[in-house]
Amino acid sequence: MEGTIVHTPRPSSISRFLRNYGVAVAVVLLILIGSGISYSITPLRTTAVLAATLRASTPLALGALCGLYGERSGVINIGIEGQMLLSAFTAFLINAYVGNLLLGVLVGVLTGAVMGLFLAFMSVTLRMDQIIGGTVLNILAFGLTGYFYQQGLTTPGKLQPIPLGPLADLPLVGQVLFNNPPITYLTLLLVALSQYVLFFTRWGLRTRAVGEHPRAADTVGINVYFMRYANVIIGGCLAGLAGAYLTLEQVGSFERMMTNGRGFLALAMMIFGKWNPLGAWGASLLIGFTYAFQTRLQFMGTIEIPPQFFGMLPYLLTIIVLAGFVGRARPPAADGVPYEKE
Amino acid sequence: MSGPLTGEPLALEARNITKRFPGVLANDSVDFALEKGEIHALLGENGAGKSTLMNVIYGLYSPDEGQICVDGKEVAIRDPNDAIAHGIGMVHQHFMLVPVFTVAENIVLGSEITRGPTLDMRQAERQIRRLSEEFGLQVDPQAVVEDLAVGEQQRVEIVKALYRDARILVLDEPTAVLTPQEADDLFRIMRQLTDRGVSIIFITHKLKEVLAVADHITVMRRGRVVGTTTPEETDEQGLASMMVGRDVVLEVDKSPAQPQQIVLEVQNLSVQDERGVVAVRDVSFEVRAGEILGIAGVQGNGQTELVEALTGLRAPQSGRILLDGREVPFHNPRYLIEHGVAHIPEDRQKHGLVLPYSIADNLVLSTYYREPFSRGVQRRQRPINARAGALIEEFDVRAPGAFTPAGNLSGGNQQKVIVARELSRRLRLLVANQPTRGLDVGSIEFIHRRMVQVRDEQIAVLLVSAELDEILSLADRIVVMYHGRIVATLATAQATRDKLGLLMAGSGL
Ligand SMILES: Nc1ncnc2c1ncn2[C@@H]1O[C@H](COP(=O)(O)OP(=O)(O)OP(=O)(O)O)[C@@H](O)[C@H]1O
Ligand SMILES: [Mg+2]
Repeated sequence: MEGTIVHTPRPSSISRFLRNYGVAVAVVLLILIGSGISYSITPLRTTAVLAATLRASTPLALGALCGLYGERSGVINIGIEGQMLLSAFTAFLINAYVGNLLLGVLVGVLTGAVMGLFLAFMSVTLRMDQIIGGTVLNILAFGLTGYFYQQGLTTPGKLQPIPLGPLADLPLVGQVLFNNPPITYLTLLLVALSQYVLFFTRWGLRTRAVGEHPRAADTVGINVYFMRYANVIIGGCLAGLAGAYLTLEQVGSFERMMTNGRGFLALAMMIFGKWNPLGAWGASLLIGFTYAFQTRLQFMGTIEIPPQFFGMLPYLLTIIVLAGFVGRARPPAADGVPYEKE
Repeated sequence: MSGPLTGEPLALEARNITKRFPGVLANDSVDFALEKGEIHALLGENGAGKSTLMNVIYGLYSPDEGQICVDGKEVAIRDPNDAIAHGIGMVHQHFMLVPVFTVAENIVLGSEITRGPTLDMRQAERQIRRLSEEFGLQVDPQAVVEDLAVGEQQRVEIVKALYRDARILVLDEPTAVLTPQEADDLFRIMRQLTDRGVSIIFITHKLKEVLAVADHITVMRRGRVVGTTTPEETDEQGLASMMVGRDVVLEVDKSPAQPQQIVLEVQNLSVQDERGVVAVRDVSFEVRAGEILGIAGVQGNGQTELVEALTGLRAPQSGRILLDGREVPFHNPRYLIEHGVAHIPEDRQKHGLVLPYSIADNLVLSTYYREPFSRGVQRRQRPINARAGALIEEFDVRAPGAFTPAGNLSGGNQQKVIVARELSRRLRLLVANQPTRGLDVGSIEFIHRRMVQVRDEQIAVLLVSAELDEILSLADRIVVMYHGRIVATLATAQATRDKLGLLMAGSGL
């Protein structure tokens, strides 16, 4: 006869890994296999599409990390779009007027951080509805950038690719991985670093505790408010970096509403990646790939289809993925719930 | 000041603690003294202010007045960090564990061991294993907390306090959710801890436990300390009247049941739990008007799923449920409510109340859409308030007012709100699952009396309880559930504690 207490078997570490990172693994594998086949047929185009994939995924991955730091600590941030947009704008202005790319990036990051501080103040201190708080950020950014937008303003140059010595000369991978502009490299580092911070450090353990059960964290002496402020501001820095990427690395100028929904897509990437940095990165790669692919299709221009249809691809895929393939993703238990002592 | 037993300074002393909440004086100049190495029981009605006092001592609430001394020296406790630094540990009434974390992660949280910037979980697990061996507290550091039974979670909470070198341990109603065996285990552990010089504050509503394990007993009522005594100087009856301020009838007095026609008939019912495991296997029984059928069993033997199926919260796999001879549709709570089924759920906070809603709104949760509480699409506040006022009076709910959010009430008063709502309709069947868990003796007496009264009004009552005393004193007939099956049916007259205990453990068949 069995005992009264039923122990559920612990899932093996492999199955746990696949549950959390299945998305990332599948996407990377698919892209690897697909590009292997396609490379043997048309090496030049394949290289171009893959390089573009990585770059298009960069702002999405950064935005997803921004959302992730917030939500892991219990603050929903739907203002990523606004943070990116305003940072893109300030980064661009600094570069246009001062002519210093590095300073431009720094000011972009700072802009994101200040907006993060504002969001944290609204949702942690004032305990405002966090969806409204994020919307405030978006409206603020749309308004400010629209009002101060100057047509025809250009900048002296943008961030250039840095080939990593002999690695850059390797076939395919050299061009795709080792010949990128700085923020693209940095993003890869930040994804890995975030994965480490969130799951292998004291900071990460406390952050996740605050997002799951703030009262439990409080009872062991963790300052819930501080952790939430800090994580939302860290997220703001990352969204700011994404903004700087758009103006200073990708385009080289500022356009109205140039974020084009990337901040919202980033949230979808975060969910698709089950609130894990690596997973979110895999999801960003997938959507980045459709960006690159649709651009390529538009360039080829042989097919009689309006280009807007191709432009739809990333968004369409996001909807399909979110609706059908996410499975049972579980957000942090206290996500979006303001914490009140006593 | 020094303790009379040992002459050593007191482990902990709270002087003149006052704590106010909006509309409530939760602690009113409370004095409390804990000697080194003793088990000090803290007793009191629901809402007497026990948890509040403990939260003040642990730094979660800041008192409006008063001082706290540890080892004879006055200390400032502004937050849990200060309390932990002074060797105070607390196991809360509602566990403070992160469900998705492992046991080890929960234990080290806030006092992590690191190597460089990296968490050193190996080292942590070694330390936890050592503690767990030293104190005989079995925990698996790598298990995920949400997979653990409550008894195991509680051991995790105790190890968590010991890991922080707690010398003063507060246990806030640790036995409310434990099986009798688990409770005995806990008492053994508590003795072991006091032998090593740990001092324990033990809150409970079970007078037998207090008399069995405590060295001193302090009783609180309505925010004040009424007195301190020892098990030698008092008995159950004495403690009960001290708590409630009047004589309490501990025995339920009821006339023999006069069962009439069958109200609820369950035929070959099988139900799965959310993991898809069969929790209730081919169960059949009936409840007649005018009788109380008790379902006895150790928690987790299918009672929860059975009750959920009977109250429309879960669809059974197979079988039939008949109410007054008519088959009821599965998974349809509204149908059941309209046909006179009342439900006192096991988890009052999850299934019994909408915590942010006011008491008044909670009291009309099952009837809000009918006259006189609604007319057309419009809700009518005045009848709702009138109803709330009447029920609060009748059921003696202690609250600042009808508009207080249910979440601010003490556990016992939350339970009374549910009982008031469920019993204030026209009934055919009352399903009560652990109706007195966590309640004080006065409230238990009250709810038991109401249940007998309901029975005498020719209503069928199904009582599910893990408390043998409750089953034995209330039920007219008893069925025992074990591993999802009904393993025995007996008249209460033939049942004894020992016999039931054996049946519940799956032996003695
Ligand atoms: N956070 C709070 N806000 C407002 N009122 C509160 C709060 N916490 C407790 N109270 C009130 O303070 C009083 C004392 O509550 P407390 O939880 O200390 O009682 P208790 O003795 O632990 O009762 P129980 O045995 O039911 O756990 C109650 O009237 C309760 O409604
Ligand atoms: Mg309490």
